[in-house]
Amino acid sequence: MKLLNMSLAALHRLLKEKKISSTELTKEFLRHIQKAEPNLRSFLTITEEIALRKAEETDKKIAGQQPIGILEGIPMALKDNICTEGIPTTCASRILENFVPPYDATVTEKLKEAGTVLVGKLNMDEFAMGSTTENSGFYPTANPWDFARVPGGSSGGSAAAVAAREVPFALGSDTGGSIRQPAAFCGVVGLKPTYGAVSRYGLVAFASSLDQIGPLTKTVEDSALVLNIIAGHDPKDSTSVPFIKPDYTQYLENNVKDMKIGVPREFFAQGLKPEVQTVIEEAVRVYEQLGAQVEECSLPHMEYALPAYYLIASAECSSNLARYDGVRYGYRAKAEDMIDMFTTSRTEGFGQEVKRRIMLGTYALSSGYYDAYYAKAQKIRTLIKEDFEQAFTKFDVLLSPTTPTIAYRLGEKTDPLALYLGDVYTIPINLAGLPSISLPAGFADGMPVGLQLIGKHFAEGILLRAAYTFEQNTEHHKKIPAWLEEASKNVF
Amino acid sequence: MSFSDKFELVCGVETHVEMATKTKIFCGCSTEFGGEQNTHVCPVCLGLPGVLPVLNKEVVNLAIKAGLALNCIIAEYSKFDRKNYYYPDLPKNYQTSQYDLPICKNGWLEINTPCGKKKIGITRVHMEEDAGKLVHSGETITTSKSSGVDYNRAGVPLLEIVSEPDLRSVDEVLAYLEELVQIMDYAGISDCRMEQGSVRFDVNVSLRPRGSSEFGTRTEIKNLNSFNSVRRCLEYESERQAELLLKGEKVEQETRTWDEGQGITLSLRSKEEAHDYRYFPEPDLVPIIIEREWVERIRASLSELPAAKRERLKSLGLSEYDAAVLTSSKAMADYFDEAFTFGVDAKTLANWIMGDLSALLKIDGCSFENSPVSPRQLAGLLNLIKDGTISGKIAKAVLEEIYKTGKDPEVIVKEKGLAQISDAGALEKIVEGVLAANTKSVEDYLAGKETALGYLVGQVMKATQGRANPGLVNKLLKEKLSR
Amino acid sequence: MKISRKEVEHVALLARLKLSEEEINLYTEQLNSILEYAAKIQEIDTENVAPTAHAAQLFNVFREDEVKPSLAQEKVLENAPEAENGFFRVPRIV
Repeated sequence: MKLLNMSLAALHRLLKEKKISSTELTKEFLRHIQKAEPNLRSFLTITEEIALRKAEETDKKIAGQQPIGILEGIPMALKDNICTEGIPTTCASRILENFVPPYDATVTEKLKEAGTVLVGKLNMDEFAMGSTTENSGFYPTANPWDFARVPGGSSGGSAAAVAAREVPFALGSDTGGSIRQPAAFCGVVGLKPTYGAVSRYGLVAFASSLDQIGPLTKTVEDSALVLNIIAGHDPKDSTSVPFIKPDYTQYLENNVKDMKIGVPREFFAQGLKPEVQTVIEEAVRVYEQLGAQVEECSLPHMEYALPAYYLIASAECSSNLARYDGVRYGYRAKAEDMIDMFTTSRTEGFGQEVKRRIMLGTYALSSGYYDAYYAKAQKIRTLIKEDFEQAFTKFDVLLSPTTPTIAYRLGEKTDPLALYLGDVYTIPINLAGLPSISLPAGFADGMPVGLQLIGKHFAEGILLRAAYTFEQNTEHHKKIPAWLEEASKNVF
Repeated sequence: MSFSDKFELVCGVETHVEMATKTKIFCGCSTEFGGEQNTHVCPVCLGLPGVLPVLNKEVVNLAIKAGLALNCIIAEYSKFDRKNYYYPDLPKNYQTSQYDLPICKNGWLEINTPCGKKKIGITRVHMEEDAGKLVHSGETITTSKSSGVDYNRAGVPLLEIVSEPDLRSVDEVLAYLEELVQIMDYAGISDCRMEQGSVRFDVNVSLRPRGSSEFGTRTEIKNLNSFNSVRRCLEYESERQAELLLKGEKVEQETRTWDEGQGITLSLRSKEEAHDYRYFPEPDLVPIIIEREWVERIRASLSELPAAKRERLKSLGLSEYDAAVLTSSKAMADYFDEAFTFGVDAKTLANWIMGDLSALLKIDGCSFENSPVSPRQLAGLLNLIKDGTISGKIAKAVLEEIYKTGKDPEVIVKEKGLAQISDAGALEKIVEGVLAANTKSVEDYLAGKETALGYLVGQVMKATQGRANPGLVNKLLKEKLSR
Repeated sequence: MKISRKEVEHVALLARLKLSEEEINLYTEQLNSILEYAAKIQEIDTENVAPTAHAAQLFNVFREDEVKPSLAQEKVLENAPEAENGFFRVPRIV
């Protein structure tokens, strides 16, 4: 058996049947992390001691014949913008290098209660702004399929860690594609839930009206299992929706017969690489062969989504990041007076991309420009939302590529606007607050290609069914990078 | 004032009132005043990375109540916005406030002026969070080398009440503020503890030539925290503007600060004043929809407001002055109302409350809310006077005793034997004794010296420790002397 | 609309950022190219379109007025760059 490659359900079985202890399991992953990190650098913090202590708790329970939860005793890691009490949470920013939260994010709390074993915090683009993880204030992360390429971003550390089997699963956050794009680039499953389905309490805000936490996993089933733990209403988050949380695993059905799948033509324009298009067209054929009704459709306002997104997200970020001033926490520069301290701390603490977005957002909100930029973008947002609503009167899910290209080479993209254009297929979904999943659809130039499925609000169930069916009838998700073959053979 | 012949004052006031909730506006921290620094603070009000606000429902209830008390229109749809500016007492470097859709607007309140009643317009009432407190190590903000920040007050709910520029004299401004603070107190919206800074005023001041209908250039003076400061500040600022205008100079539109020590206003101009608040809808909070039924529920819970209470007291036969004094605090007015239910004379009750009881409470800094003498006890005391059990003079002593011991007046009178001696048989012996011992006075009286009687009455009172019924003593003495 | 160097400097002041000469030039250029792209949204008539602030259509989310425990003072100050006598310490204001 290949321990590192195992599904969550299989790991649970091993633990329950006492074939392995949580401590052994955790140590095995920690050993693998030590081996993989020099090439990958997906972690910012490794919490070995805390992990082993937690694993021991589960082992005691198992020894005492107590029942354990499905994720109990299983290692995992969190993107470093999710607060963890007593463990540094840096958002990959120099400005928060020394910040240790005195509280847990709601998802952290839920995963703790579920008995999962936190092994560390994962690299990302600083404050989740970026799509390569090169904007990390500390170091970039490599793509497990090609160390010379980026893992995508901003949840690049999370996607790379799961793809490289450093952890069975990880959490990321998605503001404009930050879970799905790196999932696509690294060949794993990334789910962005409906806005309001997972609590944002304790997720360090980038753009409050767009941010959402979600799982990065090896399989669709694992995604459902993690969503079962982290989803649900949270009274600490006013934007959390009080909905009845289903058991998401009940949707894991190998059947898309008569499912209506729309393929928006706008998602096949705007710089889509032919080799990516080929893979997605093949995916469409798979769905057709499985009995789904696939039809082209149109979302006419999509071309306005990207500019609207960058105005809204930047505006919100300019305000959300105002609190980093060196007074209460984080980096403080030496300064003579207050204004100097504020300005110098921020100037030295933030990286280029963060500053660029703060500048853009500040400008978009400033007097004289508010109506032309921010207010206008909010109206565009309505049109985007209505486009989707219209499409969902006819279709159960929408299908598109997750990204127009495969993973970039490290250092390949320097022009900010060119990078923003890479998010063109993921961004509209955040504007509309819809759930969306990216899953491995094949390879182009030896690099993974992601298939994106989009659902109605709170229709994670049908998304999971569509994704699961595709996965059960294809082999792409089973492939792992060659260097990993060796590592995952070692144990069992 | 020299300017008043030529110029007319035009003033509007923004009043910030700390609301009387148990917890802060967006988190469960206590709003209690006076805690040790940075102890009423949690991740939310400290603005730590990742935290989110959740609105305290009571804040909305009180804001609606304030709107109703100020005759406002209550918005059906309202939302919060972020006001962005940098200051170390502001944990997130933005203040969650309300911008274009405040919870209440278009109201008024009425003040008394020498020319009769006048309505002052209320432009809007909105909810927002308070900031923390800076403590300067030096004498003042400008001489301090460093400052300390305490966030206990950060997130305490505030109501900002903006008046129309309808006020035309310093007296009108003061009348407006007094009425406004009383209304907030009566409606239970705020404790209005001025000494704790729970009410603060920003005043907008401009002058215009008498007879002109246009507004002059205004200055805004921020953060005044007492009626007295407002008065002094307005007097200074209007003089300052008048001098400029008389010299043919211009008043600069700017924000100024009031220097209490020097009694002057100072310009706050600096590069940080390049203010652009960049308001936008608060994405961490959701809109508020207020249905009529909610408003009606609050309206039903609204207690009698000071203006109505004053009218009612006057209808009981109290003077305008007495009514105004009694209603100057809700606690005092409530005390009166409760005592009055025990069937005492309104005027007598008012005199005792405003006089002896107020004086007693003042000694220990007590308020009517926690008066050691209950309204029932005071009424009981007044009834003892009325039925002749004790004299007014003894009653003062009994009141002090109630205040000290909390015992009922009837008990004190009984225990200390303070009841008047109205038994003619018992008094007769004492009177005879006094007459026997004061033959000189008796002779004087009989010789036509009326004042000698007073002396004899005094001797009887002395012999009875003041308990003898004075009327009866008089009567008995006259009887005996006429024999 | 084009953003000028002077505006970039003003925006930096509002955002409490200090930019070097090169950064001002770079940001002016980059912000202009982003804004030029964003100008696309002006093409479309939104006269009768209501704004969307939130994807979730929620309203009236409240909490009860009940006191919850606050943090201990040492926890509050744990991350402070400088603290003294229970206060966060900051340099002089003006």
